[in-house]
Amino acid sequence: MAELNSPADAATTAVGERIPTVIVDDAHLIYRVYGGGNGSAASPAAALRRIVRRQPARQTLREVHAVKGVSFTAYRGEAIGLIGSNGSGKSTLLRAIAGLMPVNRGAIYTQGQPSLLGVNAALLGDLSGERNVELGCLAMGMSPEEVKKVAPEILSFSGINERGDFASLPMRTYSSGMGARLRFAISAAKRHDVLLIDEALATGDARFRRRSEQRIRQLREDAGTVFLVSHSIGSIRDTCERSIWLESGLIRMDGPTDEVAQAYEDYMANR
Amino acid sequence: MANTAVADAGSGLSRAELAARHGLTVAGARPTLAAYVKQVWSYRHFITTYANAKAVSAFSQARLGQAWQVLTPLTNAAVYFLIFGVILNTKRNVPNFIAYLCVGVFVFTFTQAAVMGGTRAISGNLGLIRALHFPRASLPIATTLTQFRNLLYAMAVLVVIVLATGEPINLEWLLVVPAILLMTVFNAGLAMILARLGSKLTDMKQIMPFVMRTWMYGSGVLYSVKVFEENLPALVAQLVHINPLLVYIELVRHAMLENTPLTSSAPVLWLLAIAWAVVVGLGGFIYFWRGEQEYGRG
Repeated sequence: MAELNSPADAATTAVGERIPTVIVDDAHLIYRVYGGGNGSAASPAAALRRIVRRQPARQTLREVHAVKGVSFTAYRGEAIGLIGSNGSGKSTLLRAIAGLMPVNRGAIYTQGQPSLLGVNAALLGDLSGERNVELGCLAMGMSPEEVKKVAPEILSFSGINERGDFASLPMRTYSSGMGARLRFAISAAKRHDVLLIDEALATGDARFRRRSEQRIRQLREDAGTVFLVSHSIGSIRDTCERSIWLESGLIRMDGPTDEVAQAYEDYMANR
Repeated sequence: MANTAVADAGSGLSRAELAARHGLTVAGARPTLAAYVKQVWSYRHFITTYANAKAVSAFSQARLGQAWQVLTPLTNAAVYFLIFGVILNTKRNVPNFIAYLCVGVFVFTFTQAAVMGGTRAISGNLGLIRALHFPRASLPIATTLTQFRNLLYAMAVLVVIVLATGEPINLEWLLVVPAILLMTVFNAGLAMILARLGSKLTDMKQIMPFVMRTWMYGSGVLYSVKVFEENLPALVAQLVHINPLLVYIELVRHAMLENTPLTSSAPVLWLLAIAWAVVVGLGGFIYFWRGEQEYGRG
């Protein structure tokens, strides 16, 4: 266990007990989805008939049970990989740990305010890249002075100005890769205690991926605990000692990355 | 295995006890009201930047661009002038009817836009809410500020119209400032109430235009509500007189127009304006705060 506790000074208490940073206790997460009804259920006549007969609107309101009772404890100094097939509830679980989505049942306890480093942060497409950098930094709680200081670094890290002055163009004109790079650069500009990374490594071209991996290593050194969601087993093996395998909203395996990744790869190969 | 109640085999504590022992807090828990006020205050730069950005981006795809900030109220006034001033030549026993009408329409539009923006403030920004951590009240407050900005442009147009229709400038005009500030507090509260309602009831977006239309007819925008007294029971007519939008519109008219008829005396109107701003502004903030941890669920 000794090699797991990389910031050795603060990872344990005086009596050698490990310090938990994230405790997930039987967490359930349910999305409520409106719409998506098809066929006859979508016509006004059918909707009226349902209202008149007081039938539940089964086609218009549906629930998606994304996470069905997950429990684990993460400790300071750990880097934990979350793996699982598409739709297994990984991103939803990260949102809940970040406090962005409330649990429907169970509880999640965290030390401080975990930050979600995602590529999905919706920015305003009609605004220029520069203005979006400013807005994104303010939304992360920076002061206007800090924003002035980090904004040039963010723009140069994202590399969107490498082919001309794209920073002053509206974001809706960016290619999907450029947009993702700028969003990652914005969210990586801040230091975090508990860092949640959602597929951030998969954005951009090979050169940007190298740079972002390096940035994440830096952030990891500063952060107490890191969660990494990725479909690239390679990057999980590189960064995480422990892995949790989620399947259909349940934990299938929790343990050292080598064992979990091996089991996951065997499982995926046989599907 | 995965779902055992005991977190650590060694310590024998439940997960909740382990969390309490190490000072961990529930993720996304609602802060106290005082802490929440402090949070919103520390995000003031985000709120103003977001409000300005929204106002700018609304016209960014139009060829005339930001000129529409002034052109929109101006075109609005031109339409009313054409219909009521030129074609119908309406007077309705109101002196300077065009200026009377324009004050009503511009001030009403402020609330209408804040209400519509507030209804969508949470439901239309779920992507942002599920990605970043910030006090959610920033969003309805920012929409109100965006509309406040639009109102300032409308007021500039209004000054020109009022002067052009022969009203003199005097010190009473300064009363427009407190009237509009009180109205902004009222609108922010209203936007927060509707933001919370709109985040749960997805039908609000469809219902609100009809609510606002009804409210407009009861606020003396296009005509004096004096006509109501002839057709409604006295009690209902009294209710119309305390209607907050009527109060704010009449205050602005009272400040800018010389001989405008008032439904209540000016001191009563000011008291009502303050009461509405305090009740709805504070009440809306508290109501919104109570739902804070739920907004990410959508």
